[in-house]
Amino acid sequence: MIGAILHMPENVSALDLVLAGDPALFAIVRLSLVVSLSAVTLAAIIGVPFGALLALTGFPGRQAVIVILNALMGLPPVVVGLGVFLVLSRSGPLGSWGLLFTPAAMVVAQTILVAPIIAALTRQTIEDLWTEYRDELTAMNVGPLGRVATLVWDARFSLITALLAGFGRAAAEVGAIMIVGGNIEGFTRTMTTAIALETSKGDLPLAIGLGIVLITLVIAVNILAWTARRASERLAG
Amino acid sequence: MSMRAPSSELPIRFENVSFSVGPVTILDGIDLTLTPGAPTVVVGPNGSGKTTLLRAAMGLVSPSRGRVTWGGRTDVAPQRRAIVFQRPVMLRRSASGNIRYALRVAGTKRAEWKRRVDEVLGLVGLEQLAQRPARRLSGGEQQRLALARALAREPAVLFLDEPTASLDPAATKAVEDVIHAVSERGIKVVMSTHDIGGARRLAGDIVMLHRGRVIETAAASSFFHAPATAEARKFVAGELII
Repeated sequence: MIGAILHMPENVSALDLVLAGDPALFAIVRLSLVVSLSAVTLAAIIGVPFGALLALTGFPGRQAVIVILNALMGLPPVVVGLGVFLVLSRSGPLGSWGLLFTPAAMVVAQTILVAPIIAALTRQTIEDLWTEYRDELTAMNVGPLGRVATLVWDARFSLITALLAGFGRAAAEVGAIMIVGGNIEGFTRTMTTAIALETSKGDLPLAIGLGIVLITLVIAVNILAWTARRASERLAG
Repeated sequence: MSMRAPSSELPIRFENVSFSVGPVTILDGIDLTLTPGAPTVVVGPNGSGKTTLLRAAMGLVSPSRGRVTWGGRTDVAPQRRAIVFQRPVMLRRSASGNIRYALRVAGTKRAEWKRRVDEVLGLVGLEQLAQRPARRLSGGEQQRLALARALAREPAVLFLDEPTASLDPAATKAVEDVIHAVSERGIKVVMSTHDIGGARRLAGDIVMLHRGRVIETAAASSFFHAPATAEARKFVAGELII
């Protein structure tokens, strides 16, 4: 099916492809969204509690952990891809799981890329809110777990921005998922890997069409999040 | 507000309490006993240590020297003490959400929440604004909500740090009325102010601080009629104490 588009005549415009609602294109878009949203969800489950704990606890070497965490926000996707590839490849430690060149491997790689971004931004947000809330929560005799829960809940609007930053990173990256997913047609091909492929093959209309879809989706997700944030802010202040 | 058995929080006793931050001494050898009864009002110029005194009495800061005891014991968790800071922090919830939060962390049964929320919001006259986001309330309304949130904990002792400092006369009256009502119900109020009018209207007894030291403690009537120290005479006369 995707072969049908790939062999389309050169004069088919990017817009035609998008407007025609091609099923192969739809499958690519859907996989991209599933992989990136799954990765952001997993990264949030890991990153938000980690960032909050880091914000609220003191231990020797904390400053170093924060610097490293902030540095990990800039992890090169290809390096993460290589690392995950080595772990999941047949001779690697988790090779027997058979995850290499599957969407699951792509989710793992993107989770590793996104978790530090969410954790680092959460740490900063929660730490700032804690300086504001410290006296009140101490006076109300709120225990450590209650503090984390309160701060995460009250910082929820700012934390949405952290999640969006993570989603932006996941949706835009190509290096990691190309290596661990393999860009297999109809299975692990996403918008970014398809754009890279089609560009190098010279099929610019398809590449441009996918590019337009990708940017539109990222904007749409941000509009959704923004609207949800404004609506809930009106309710909760 | 339901009355509980006499608390073990009182008396609160300061025994030679000093508090310093680096080279700066904020409290200097304080000996003071806070007992049940009419409100104790802590007066003194800015920087005299009023806020730190309240925070130490609340148990939020530990003295550098000396000790604070609650009902004869140290290390009493602030379960029956509550404080309203000079600039209270509103949680990012509705007004009633702020009260419910206080009830939850105080361990109040969920079935009681609605009644208690209505009760304390009614006490401070905010029942109409219950659903409003707390951070959108005016300064005076936030002060009253903070008061309601503190009262939701059913404290035996309520500390108020300059509760009327930035309020206009109408808002000041509203807050002072609540303080009066709270005190009538047997809750010990300890408040700081540099407003002599407020001190006259509310105080049962006065503690005057100057440069981190208690320079005068007296029943309000004798403090205002026959102040013993030069600083107290100036304060009573409405002059500036520096």
